[in-house]
Amino acid sequence: MDLAVIVLIQVLYAIASLVVVSAGLAVVFGMMKVINLAHGEFMMLGAYAAIESVRVGINLWVAMLIVAPLSVAAIGVLLERVFIRRLYGRMIDTMLATWGLSLLLIGIVTSVMGNTTAGISAPLGNFTVGAYSVSSYTLVIIVIAIVLAVALRWVLLHTSLGLIARGTMQNPQMADALGINPSLVYSATFALGAGLSGLAGALLAPMTGVVPTMGGAFVAKAFITVIGGGPAIVAGLISSSALFGAISQVATFAMTPVFGEVALLAGAIVMLRLLPQGITGRFFKGAL
Amino acid sequence: MSTPLPEQRTSIPVPGALERFAHSWKSAALTLVIGILLLAGLPYALDDFALVQATVYAVMALLAVSLGFVWGFGGILCFGQSAFFGLGAYTYAIAVTNLGDSTVPLLLSIVLPAAFAAVLGYLIFYGRLSDVYMGVITLTVTLILFNVVNSTAGPEWKIGHAPLGGFNGIPNIAPLNMPGNVDDVIGPRGMFELTVGALLVVYLLLRALLAVKLGRVIVACKENEQRVALLGYDSRAYKLFAFVLAAGIAGLAGCLFANWGAFTSPTIFGLAQSAQIIIWVIVGGLGTLVGPIVGSIAIQWLTTQIGTQQAINSNLVLGAILVVFVLMVPKGIVPSVGQLGVRLLKALRRGGRGSLAASNETAVQRAHSAAPAAEPGASRSAPDSSRKEAA
Amino acid sequence: MDRRSFIKTSAITLAAGSAGTLPFAAAAADEILVGSIIDMSGGLDIYGKPMTDCMTLAVEEWNAQGGLLGKKLRLLNYDPQSSMQLYTQFAQQAALKDKVAVVHGGITSASREVMRPVLDRYRTLYFYNTQYEGGVCDRDTFCTGVTPGQTVAKLIPYAMKKWGKKVYVVAADYNYGQITSQWVKKFVQENGGSIASIDFFPLDVTNFGSTISKIEAAKPDMLVSALVGGSHMSFYRQWAAAGLHKKIPLASTTFAGGNEQIVLSPDECDGFLVSYNYFENLDNPTNKAFKDRFHKRFGADYPNITELAMGTYQGFNLWATAVKKAGTLDRTKVIDALESGISIDAPSGKVAVDAATHHCVLNVSIAEVRNHKLNIVQTFDAQPPSDTSAVCNLIKNPRDNQQYVIKL
Repeated sequence: MDLAVIVLIQVLYAIASLVVVSAGLAVVFGMMKVINLAHGEFMMLGAYAAIESVRVGINLWVAMLIVAPLSVAAIGVLLERVFIRRLYGRMIDTMLATWGLSLLLIGIVTSVMGNTTAGISAPLGNFTVGAYSVSSYTLVIIVIAIVLAVALRWVLLHTSLGLIARGTMQNPQMADALGINPSLVYSATFALGAGLSGLAGALLAPMTGVVPTMGGAFVAKAFITVIGGGPAIVAGLISSSALFGAISQVATFAMTPVFGEVALLAGAIVMLRLLPQGITGRFFKGAL
Repeated sequence: MSTPLPEQRTSIPVPGALERFAHSWKSAALTLVIGILLLAGLPYALDDFALVQATVYAVMALLAVSLGFVWGFGGILCFGQSAFFGLGAYTYAIAVTNLGDSTVPLLLSIVLPAAFAAVLGYLIFYGRLSDVYMGVITLTVTLILFNVVNSTAGPEWKIGHAPLGGFNGIPNIAPLNMPGNVDDVIGPRGMFELTVGALLVVYLLLRALLAVKLGRVIVACKENEQRVALLGYDSRAYKLFAFVLAAGIAGLAGCLFANWGAFTSPTIFGLAQSAQIIIWVIVGGLGTLVGPIVGSIAIQWLTTQIGTQQAINSNLVLGAILVVFVLMVPKGIVPSVGQLGVRLLKALRRGGRGSLAASNETAVQRAHSAAPAAEPGASRSAPDSSRKEAA
Repeated sequence: MDRRSFIKTSAITLAAGSAGTLPFAAAAADEILVGSIIDMSGGLDIYGKPMTDCMTLAVEEWNAQGGLLGKKLRLLNYDPQSSMQLYTQFAQQAALKDKVAVVHGGITSASREVMRPVLDRYRTLYFYNTQYEGGVCDRDTFCTGVTPGQTVAKLIPYAMKKWGKKVYVVAADYNYGQITSQWVKKFVQENGGSIASIDFFPLDVTNFGSTISKIEAAKPDMLVSALVGGSHMSFYRQWAAAGLHKKIPLASTTFAGGNEQIVLSPDECDGFLVSYNYFENLDNPTNKAFKDRFHKRFGADYPNITELAMGTYQGFNLWATAVKKAGTLDRTKVIDALESGISIDAPSGKVAVDAATHHCVLNVSIAEVRNHKLNIVQTFDAQPPSDTSAVCNLIKNPRDNQQYVIKL
């Protein structure tokens, strides 16, 4: 019985971390169709921002939830204005540019921060379920993931900002004719995506080692999740995170973490074979 | 190619001088001549170490050509070309450890990845999966292989006599030998000649393929799959063929790589390796066969050079170079060099003939190569989007 | 894409290219070239940077005293960026093109096994200065780091006496982790204990949630960790986050090699036991003098001089001492000099070369992690490399060339 609860918590945590990790990419790739190979490095920047703010004395939660996303969003705006906007529509060139960007960011952070940095430990201690103890922080991540998904959907669906953003992505000329500045919208959307990635990095910092190269582990999974989700942004994100997170965690419990990874990847292949347009290409059509 | 704007609809885009040259046998001959000169001359010009270096550059160039072919001419973005590369390397390593003589392992290292690609390709193309999803699946496959092979460090993981070795990989792989004579092994010079020779043969093979009907249909599938289907060809079969061929070439490159380094390890399947191949092709020039060769050699040389200096972090330098590159030389090295050459020739010729005709030609070229308005969502041009809807 | 931007690009690329080329020209007649192949970037850079710093200091110290054999030493640093292919390439370059007198390098056992055949083939002396799983038997290679027969043999009985007899092992999934875990098993069983389970994790795994639950379910008395690299640090984080660091004590053969005790908070890792040859707070005059020089060169706020870094420093000094004794750079004569009984007075104590195994007799200490520092609890002098001696004798079989793996 205890084990069942533990497994459930771990599965929810796996789903939640996939949601959190992929949200930024869902916005950047799902809405703007920009293949951002530097997604992992945005996460890394967020993690470092959180760590440095804590070191300077800022409260941990403020650092993770406010400072990190805002600083990475600012960096995102800068990068968008300087590089990315010249490459819209050129998928191949964005791949090359963002790959170069990822190397550049890793190099800069390594040169500035070095390889050994103080990390942050997970807050809130732990709680016990029968014979097992689990970190309370996993619950925090689960809650934040839910809040994130709901907030994202609400912003995109029910606010004029979201409406403008979606409209501009669908038909920029029309939006321009209606008096909206598309380039501002692009910058803002990219900044949102970058900020979400930074938030993800900051949230995961207490649970994983923060080194300049930490981003690489997340990029592939984030892409697989986002693309597997299909055209709808939030519904796709949630459904594919749920599917892949559950598969991978159950497989991990059954065997080993490696098996869990392989199960996730194999599951992705099977799912894409059955649903070539992603999950929301078939189910939840019309949802956001 | 962009949808022509209304006032241009009357002019059918004429292939410019550069395109005609690129498609004719003359460019192939030029490349072959340069290649043969290098093949014959470098062993005398370089010392043993530089020759060994040149060999690994040639091996990677071969790998790059395989992706350059299947992506640039087949329109198939295979994000997991490293899977076939790694399979070729591991197949050779395991087979030669078990069998001794290297002839069969060499053949196996081409056939096995090709067979694997046939199965994978069947699932992909006959399931009508389109670009991005295809890219994800191939990436996923190579990551699966990485994860699986990476976990085989225990002594219980062995095929025949050959332990898989997990993260450590398989060291001390026996080099190629003359068929039939196990002791007559290939040396550094022989390795170089074999690799560059293989590269030239593959190049010739691919150029010939692109000139005959089979190759033209493959290119047509990339341009407009719906039209190809309506003309009566089974585009899925042609794409599958291109995919399998590219996998075989990558497998051969893998075998040669295992020979060069006398080792193979799971990182060959990793994300970094697969991304590298894509970078090489983009930098060299997508849509050409020479481009990937030039791109892979350039980037590899750069990486090695950067690694031997201490002043600045290697990632920083390489990243900066790539970013600057993509902004300044978006088409890649080879097409840009080609365009420069054409312009120089035109400038030279302009002295001889009327400048009016020349400037008219350049105006038409400039017009039909202008990019559409830059928008994030419009990542595909009209023909490709029609293909997606048909899927 | 016009001519102007193309020319600009070529100029930039050329400049970048030539800026990247260090003039690794052929050695001047009054120079000795020393090759150092250590990762300064990629996943293993947490280990590599302190190692390169110690190497630099060692070379500078010898140069300050007039060099070696009357010539100046020049250090060539290659950064393989945690890539096996580059390890091979740089080993080839060091041996064939730059023709160095010796190569010091390799961090993981995987990188060592990739370089060793290359350097053997091209007849270049190779020093592997990192603690590892033991068993390498090769006349052209010297391993100056500690091996399980020296450290694990002392760590396990101490930990078991302190904590209990049921042991759970987590290890990195490659030859180091596989072989070291077998040694742990051997010593646990020799001391009357039992192994609950041995779990392996590839180097890039970061999610240990289910493993931690499994460890809890097994209820061991202690955990032994042979995890390696930046990703595995997340295990310690998640272990502490689940509150288990207070319930199940931990000993490790690799912890602190990458200064994990500084990155993690005291709450997360106080009480961990490690065993190495060198710790910064070893109390002897050589160490004190060394630390003064090191901090003067690299700054007083340098995080920590790691075991691997000191191994590199000691390895270089062993080589230089042997060259001085031999009076020549000739490889066979230097090997003979090393086998003749070289020892140096190093910051970790006396370091002596064991001729039969080409490994070193080293002092070994057990230390406890406390508040970002490593406090020594017990020291054992002059531990011979018993694990390799059991299987390898290069005096009797000089042509032996392989790595022996323990069979239980």
